[in-house]
Amino acid sequence: MEALLATTIGVLAAVGIYLALRQRTFPVILGLTFLSYAVNLFLFSSGRLTLNAAPIIGEPSPYADPLPQALVLTAIVISFGMTAVVMIMAIGGYLSAGHDRIDLDARDDGEAGQ
Amino acid sequence: MNHWIIAPVVLPALVGAFMVIALRGQLALQRITGLATIVALNGIALALLAYAATHGPEAYFLGDWPAPFGIVLMLDELSAIMVTLLSALALVSALYAIGSGWDRKGAHFHALMMFLLMGIAGAFLTGDAFNLFVFFEVLLIASYGLMIHGGGSARTRAGIQYVAFNLIGSSLFLFALALLYGVTGTLNMADLALKLPTLPEGDQALLRTTAVMLILVFAIKGALVPLQFWLPGTYANAPGVVAALFAVMTKVGAYATLRFGTLVFPTDLAATGPLLQDLIQPAALVTLAVGAVGVLGATTLPRLAAFAGIASMGTAFLAVSAFTPQTTAAALYYILHSTLATAALFLVADLVARRRAHVRLADPAPMTRTGLIAALYMAAAIASAGMPPLSGFIGKLLILDAFRAQAPLVWTVILVSSFLMILGFARAGSQLFWKPAPPEATPPADPGPEPLAIAATLALLASLAALTVFAGPVNDALTTSARAAHNPDSYIAAARLGGTP
Repeated sequence: MEALLATTIGVLAAVGIYLALRQRTFPVILGLTFLSYAVNLFLFSSGRLTLNAAPIIGEPSPYADPLPQALVLTAIVISFGMTAVVMIMAIGGYLSAGHDRIDLDARDDGEAGQ
Repeated sequence: MNHWIIAPVVLPALVGAFMVIALRGQLALQRITGLATIVALNGIALALLAYAATHGPEAYFLGDWPAPFGIVLMLDELSAIMVTLLSALALVSALYAIGSGWDRKGAHFHALMMFLLMGIAGAFLTGDAFNLFVFFEVLLIASYGLMIHGGGSARTRAGIQYVAFNLIGSSLFLFALALLYGVTGTLNMADLALKLPTLPEGDQALLRTTAVMLILVFAIKGALVPLQFWLPGTYANAPGVVAALFAVMTKVGAYATLRFGTLVFPTDLAATGPLLQDLIQPAALVTLAVGAVGVLGATTLPRLAAFAGIASMGTAFLAVSAFTPQTTAAALYYILHSTLATAALFLVADLVARRRAHVRLADPAPMTRTGLIAALYMAAAIASAGMPPLSGFIGKLLILDAFRAQAPLVWTVILVSSFLMILGFARAGSQLFWKPAPPEATPPADPGPEPLAIAATLALLASLAALTVFAGPVNDALTTSARAAHNPDSYIAAARLGGTP
């Protein structure tokens, strides 16, 4: 189980980093999402992997660590909200600029003005 | 338990939500509520500072759950100083936003500002590493909204870069926290300080990885080379008043580094040792050099201010990286100074940008109401470059004094980069204010005298002057705080670990 989980996290992170380095906003956002999936799984595994165990101390032992589950829940909510925000901003940028490239032109720089 | 400790987090959160729901579209009421809240925050911050100075560190247990099972907020002198700095800068920024009409260009300026204050104050006050992540996200999501306030193609697209960069940083932060929890089984910072020295030999490599990842996250926040690329584009394209407010956001990175370097990974911890210092110090020296060269080569005034901000972060991180009480005291003084000076520079850049046809330095352009703004620019430039008589000079002097042992390298970089910055500021000033404009060009519509905006900029410069005049007492107080930060026994005792849920 450890090898499977580690491979999954590794592949998800690799896909995320590759996509985040792309030039267009949509692949970049997909990449950030993949990265957040990888980190959620990783966070989950930080409480050790246990099968068929309730997150309750005592009987039956072993028990599952409940804290990483709460942390993952927080991280999921935050990354969900962030993805929504960046999506709206990407659409706004696409509509106002007419293209969805993520890099800035020399013309763009400091010319935001008022 | 002192309930005021949570006020800097809860008050802006409640007021921000109230503004969004009840004061939608009523700008005058939003302005009054926002200003009143920030004035109240200033009072609370000063009271907390006085309390922390007399009572020492104190914990606030959320829901009265004992540490390390529940989340704690920790008030000590270091966090109280940072919250005071934050609320003072917020007051000036709010006044400038009202005076310049920036808050009229979008619906939710004041509400977003409240949420930004909540996030930054929470990041300063929290005593829990995961909670620090949550407050980072709160301040970031508010800053995304403020960054693209007013809209426009260039600003929105610079905003996307900023968001993408910070989302990657957040993922890195979560990886680091998961490693830390996997190794130690706790995320309470005082508890970490107790548990890390007793870690088995086999886990120390994981701990070093964690420390490096955390430093990378704080370096992204603090714009440390090689992770500074987001800053010039973001700050130069953000509204001027927002960029000024963001000057305290980079300091969150420096504060978190200081907190982790003194409490969680102190230099006498066997697993990490001088790892933090070895990583941060070279990066800080390069950051300072990059910032200074950027000031010299900037093509527009907002970019010049952004690079001055990078240089100031280089100096601040340099002082932080030594992790001794003397250098930390110098770092705190420089952080106070550079936050106010960078903010002043951004406000002046905004004053210029709204009175000149464009902000490019190379092409002369006509400008309305030059005299007073040129004087303000000169004062802000003197402060940012670290020339006497303003506090930048004293700040750099304190840092130079603290680095006597490494004088050949550190002194050379600080002095040469200060010289480059003086050249850059002088060049930009003469291009902006002295070069005659082509006769056929017409200046943009005069936005008027804007007394409130000018007064806000003057207030920042006056606070720099006050920091200079009272440098002695301020430095004594900061030295006490730095000693307390480097001797975290009372901080750990205040967290009252070892309770049962």
